[in-house]
Amino acid sequence: MKTFTFGGIHTADMKLSAGKKIQIVPIPSEVIIPLEQHIGAPTNPVVAVGETVKVGQLIGKAVGFISANIHSSVSGKVTKIDTVIDAWGYKRPAVYIAVEGDEWMENIDKKDVVRKEITTKREDIIQKIADAGIVGLGGACFPTHVKLSPPPNTKAELLLINAVECEPYLTCDHQLMLEKAEEIIVGIQILMTVLQVNKAIIGIENNKKDAISLLQQITSSYSTIEVCPLAMCYPQGGEKQLIEAITKKQVPSGQLPINIGIVVQNVATTYAIYEAVQKNKPLIERVITVTGKKVAKPGNFLVRIGTPLRVPLDMAGGMPEDTGKIIGGGPMMGRAFMNADVPVTKRSAGLLVMPTLESARKEMQNCIRCAKCVTACPMGLEPYLLMSQAEKSMWKEMEETYITDCIECGCCLFSCPSNRPLLDYLRMGKSTVLEQIRNRVQKVN
Amino acid sequence: MNTIFLSLVVLGTIGLLAAIILYVVSQKFKVEENPIIDEVEAALPSANCGGCGFPGCRGFAVACSEATDLSNLFCPVGGNDTMKTVAHIVGLSVVETKPKIAVLKCNGTCEHRPRTNQYDGAKSCKIIHNLYIGETACHYGCLGGGDCEVACAFDALHINPVTGIPEIDEEKCTACGACVKACPKLLLELRFKGPKGKRIYVACSNKEKGGIAKKACEVACIGCSKCFKVCPHDAIIIENNLAYIIDDKCRLCTKCVDECPTGSIQKLNFPIKKKEVAEQAQA
Repeated sequence: MKTFTFGGIHTADMKLSAGKKIQIVPIPSEVIIPLEQHIGAPTNPVVAVGETVKVGQLIGKAVGFISANIHSSVSGKVTKIDTVIDAWGYKRPAVYIAVEGDEWMENIDKKDVVRKEITTKREDIIQKIADAGIVGLGGACFPTHVKLSPPPNTKAELLLINAVECEPYLTCDHQLMLEKAEEIIVGIQILMTVLQVNKAIIGIENNKKDAISLLQQITSSYSTIEVCPLAMCYPQGGEKQLIEAITKKQVPSGQLPINIGIVVQNVATTYAIYEAVQKNKPLIERVITVTGKKVAKPGNFLVRIGTPLRVPLDMAGGMPEDTGKIIGGGPMMGRAFMNADVPVTKRSAGLLVMPTLESARKEMQNCIRCAKCVTACPMGLEPYLLMSQAEKSMWKEMEETYITDCIECGCCLFSCPSNRPLLDYLRMGKSTVLEQIRNRVQKVN
Repeated sequence: MNTIFLSLVVLGTIGLLAAIILYVVSQKFKVEENPIIDEVEAALPSANCGGCGFPGCRGFAVACSEATDLSNLFCPVGGNDTMKTVAHIVGLSVVETKPKIAVLKCNGTCEHRPRTNQYDGAKSCKIIHNLYIGETACHYGCLGGGDCEVACAFDALHINPVTGIPEIDEEKCTACGACVKACPKLLLELRFKGPKGKRIYVACSNKEKGGIAKKACEVACIGCSKCFKVCPHDAIIIENNLAYIIDDKCRLCTKCVDECPTGSIQKLNFPIKKKEVAEQAQA
């Protein structure tokens, strides 16, 4: 079975909520929709206080090309446009909406029937995706319409669908594939039309056997779509790792997958694209996993954007008594939240509640130069070296040691026997170096 | 016997030739360096801290020897005495500068700021700052990671384990500015040391509105402008709900300290007033 060759680690699977049906979370009495849910410029609010909005109405307009629209996920009255404290304590602009009923925009098709026929023209599809505010739901939240508009001199030849979900604990993509397989296949066809490619491969890790067989059964009637089961290894869901696992091609350092003719899209994004193009439904809800060893009823929930995270957490049985940390996303790449009252955004893929003992950091010891981090790094970097450079603020040297290639997967930290906070330093170094590069580019311009 | 003699001659000749070449080259490509540079460097404290803005003491010495005016050059470690010696060597006059010291514009000790969460990651302010706002609700306050402590080359800054914020050793601080650069929240400032170390400053950097700031920290500046009104010397400005005392204008009358309702204005090294002694005795 295929997998990527360089680095990676084997974690415990811990898919506690696997096979749990997606539950629909009831609409709360008030939603708070942040105006900044993606990579790129924040959006401009286009509604006024006191205005009545419907489900799917545009409330935040994208500024510039790399940005994504934000829509109201409920119907009701805008009570205020103010700041909201995000999961890390910082203030972000947001729109507060008091919910009244559940009235949708007229052009949205609410029927639960799979629309297979693609009638929209190619140019209109990209516009529709941009209008619907679709971003990569794998975690990075990069605006999808940008990814689907290849830079000049590049041409996509292959579409890869990322259904790996290699993070332990998370099952939202898995469950989505089981329940919305037909829709996802239509979404893939839409993507193929946009990119003008005649081959698409769905990469799924082998721990999701039911999803593999289901998709294989559906795709057997399509000659252009293929399902590729992959051996389990973290971080196979990383774009570059997935490309290597399936095609055996490597993306050169500092380049994008499109440079070697490949476009990778997450499976949840594919579903969102289906909904946007076929049903005119913007990205107003997403599936999230609420899980943890001590959580009473771990499960997958379909949540409107802007709902407080506490609502799905309460549906999963509430916050357990022994809670050390609550983590947004998976245990490997997710970041600890300050509290559970923050709104769900396009970014939240999961909420992981970790017991105290398990989540506590162990005491840091000296580096013994065992090179386990070097073996584990899927990008072929030297994390121990980068960490000592970051400690000494040697940004120029870090750039020369390819810190910008770091995908922040956390394999180095996971494998370190001395409990050194490698990822913390690498993240800090990467953001500093990237900022310096941006400043340099600005100066040149 | 012959072999030893021969090798001696050969090696001797090579050595002699090499010596001649080296001598000729060193004469030909001789770098004429100003002897004053060495003299100035000897007078400097050799801390190589970079507080003057030059790479090490040698760099500063070169700049001094080339300068026509010493007003922009100052060695914070050596202070006025060193600058007088340097001025004497280079034959220029020097204006006396008031000595400075680093102050922390935050008084958010564990006691004053309730914690809203716990952090157990890497102990570095840069990393904490990169991740989130810190362990308390204050957006602007000290993170207590100790980056300033690491940056200080003079052992003058230490994080107090009880209060969780750094304390500055007045004897050791040379106002080199290394800690100012190290703090990601920009909490440290170089201010005049004042006569006998007497100085007044606002120990807060919170730019939030009064209510929010006060909720996050008991001793936060709430921007009430009381100090601004009471100051007879126009030394206080209020910007973004935060008071700032202008060093040059402040005459150390301490009126603002008495007026401040939250106690965010700090006075240091002032003799204790009789009234305060009586109050403390009563308490």
